[in-house]
Amino acid sequence: MLTTVIEKLKLHFSNSILDVREFRGETTICVNKADIVKVCTFLRDDESCSFNYCSDVCGADAYAPENRFEVIYNLYSLSYKHRIRLKIFVDESDLHCPSVISVWPGANWPERETYDMFGIIFDGHNDLRRMYMPEEFEYFPLRKDFPMMGVPDSIPLPRK
Amino acid sequence: MGLEHALGDTALTTTIDSAINWCRKNSLWPMPLGISCCGIEMMAFAMPRFDVARFGAEVFRFSPRQADLLIVAGTTTYKMATVVRKIYDQMPDPKWVIAMGACTSSGGMYRTYSVVQGIDQFLPVDVYVAGCPPRPDNLLHALIMIQEKIQRGESRSTPMTVTAERQEQQLLQIQGINNN
Repeated sequence: MLTTVIEKLKLHFSNSILDVREFRGETTICVNKADIVKVCTFLRDDESCSFNYCSDVCGADAYAPENRFEVIYNLYSLSYKHRIRLKIFVDESDLHCPSVISVWPGANWPERETYDMFGIIFDGHNDLRRMYMPEEFEYFPLRKDFPMMGVPDSIPLPRK
Repeated sequence: MGLEHALGDTALTTTIDSAINWCRKNSLWPMPLGISCCGIEMMAFAMPRFDVARFGAEVFRFSPRQADLLIVAGTTTYKMATVVRKIYDQMPDPKWVIAMGACTSSGGMYRTYSVVQGIDQFLPVDVYVAGCPPRPDNLLHALIMIQEKIQRGESRSTPMTVTAERQEQQLLQIQGINNN
């Protein structure tokens, strides 16, 4: 059950857990950025948690002066059929955060996607390249200050 | 064909032109570029119900080197634009282009940073097909329009820039004659 998961997390990581929210039956846990790998490893390996499937890693741009970006991890347990959402905050002045590919290798591409769209740099990622945009593209399209029609001439078209 | 250089615009060469155009228009070999949902309608256009074989264009070639009609069927992103252009460049002359559907013609509902707002920004297009996606009948109509265009001998098979260069050369020649 999720209540035991939350209790265990609070017991083992009392300093790392910033906040626990529940909204419409979905539990979100805000975690300290530096401890995300430890928390994830615990959630994967602990008997009663067993979050063995990382269904998605994504980003969000709050466009606030502090803690502008969020990185969100959606986890699922194939054995207990329960879900949990972890959240870390990344400030614009320091866009680095630890990569969780050592915990779930499947997080490789979702982290690349988050890098491509928001410019968040995952330390420890083995292949942090652009995912959708061209390699030489300089901007991050899902940031709130990116114009919807893009920056003119930022992606070259072939000559007519 | 080479004959026109030897004989000029005589009755013989214009008749041959007309015969060649008739042959060409009835054996178009399409290069299907189904890059999104329009591709499904393009497949229906080739299947027995709509039967493009009635118009002699049933030989779909997946190699641009064997095709002379490029059907761009789907949303063209900036990243894909290079590929589309490369495929077009590999097709032998004379060649024609159909921009199928709203996305291909104008970006359609994808008014965003990633989608080219109309493939005519990097390709010479002969016929635009409206619809999202267009019915196969609509694509057949576009094919008939291409056939009419070929028969009229108005094929704009060379890219616009080349045409402009040719016009400039002709202009220079005329000026040269005047100077002499």
